[in-house]
Amino acid sequence: MDSAPPPTANHMLKLAAIGTVAGAFSGLFGVGGGTVIVPLLIFWFGYGERLATGTSLGAIILIGLLGVIAQGGIYGNVHLLTGVLLSIPAVAGVIAGTAIQQRIPQRAVSLLFAALLVAVAIELIVK
Amino acid sequence: MDVVAAILIAIVGGLAGGLVGVGGGVLFVPALTVFLGLSQVEGESTSLLIIVIVAVVGTLRQNAYGNVNLRDAAVIGVLSPLGVLVGVAVANQVSQRVLELSFAALVLFVAFSLVRRVLSAPR
Repeated sequence: MDSAPPPTANHMLKLAAIGTVAGAFSGLFGVGGGTVIVPLLIFWFGYGERLATGTSLGAIILIGLLGVIAQGGIYGNVHLLTGVLLSIPAVAGVIAGTAIQQRIPQRAVSLLFAALLVAVAIELIVK
Repeated sequence: MDVVAAILIAIVGGLAGGLVGVGGGVLFVPALTVFLGLSQVEGESTSLLIIVIVAVVGTLRQNAYGNVNLRDAAVIGVLSPLGVLVGVAVANQVSQRVLELSFAALVLFVAFSLVRRVLSAPR
C-alpha cells in the first residue's frame, strides 16, 4: 500500500520518465502503457513483479481514461454498449488473473511477461 | 460463433491484465474489429473503455492483495499525456516502419533482460 516515505527528486524524475515513455509508446503503437511500465518499475525501482503489475494497472486507469474521454467525448468513436458487455468476460478474466498471480512465484510472472513481449515484438515485425 | 470468440478473447485479455499488469488492448482490439465488426478506430477507442474497466477492477483486487503503490501509479498516469504529445511529435519525424522495428528490438531486449534477471538472481 501507500506507506512509502516521501519521494526523492530522483524518484519523481524516474516516475515522470516512465509516464512519458508509456504515453509515447501507447500513442505510437497502440500498445498499452503496461508493456513499458512494468519492466521499468522492476529495473529502476526494484519493485517485485506483483507490486509492479498492480501499480501498472493503477496507472493504466488514468492513461485509458484520458483516451476514452478524448475518443468517446470528442470524437464519438466509443461503442458504449459493446464495450460494457465485452467488459464482463474481461473483468472475470482479470479477477481470475490476479488471483492466480498471488499463487505463482514472482519469477514466473517475469517469464510470462517476457513471453508477452516476444509476442508483441513478433506482431510489430510481421505486420 | 463470432460472439463466442470475442468473449473468449476478452477473458484471455483480462487474464493477461491480472497476470502481467497490461491493459489487454492487444487482444481487445481484434476481438472488437475482427469478430464484432467495429472499424479500427472504433475498436481501439472501445478497447480503451474495456481497459479502464479491467484496470479499475484489477487495481482494486491488487490493492486488496497489497500490491499497488497508489502514489507512483498516479504520477505515472497523470504524466502520460505529455508522452502522447512526444509520441505524436516523434511519429511525424520518423517513418512508422522504423519506429515499429526499433520498438520491437527494444521489447526483445527487455524480454531478454527480464529472463536474465530471473535466471541470475534465484529467490
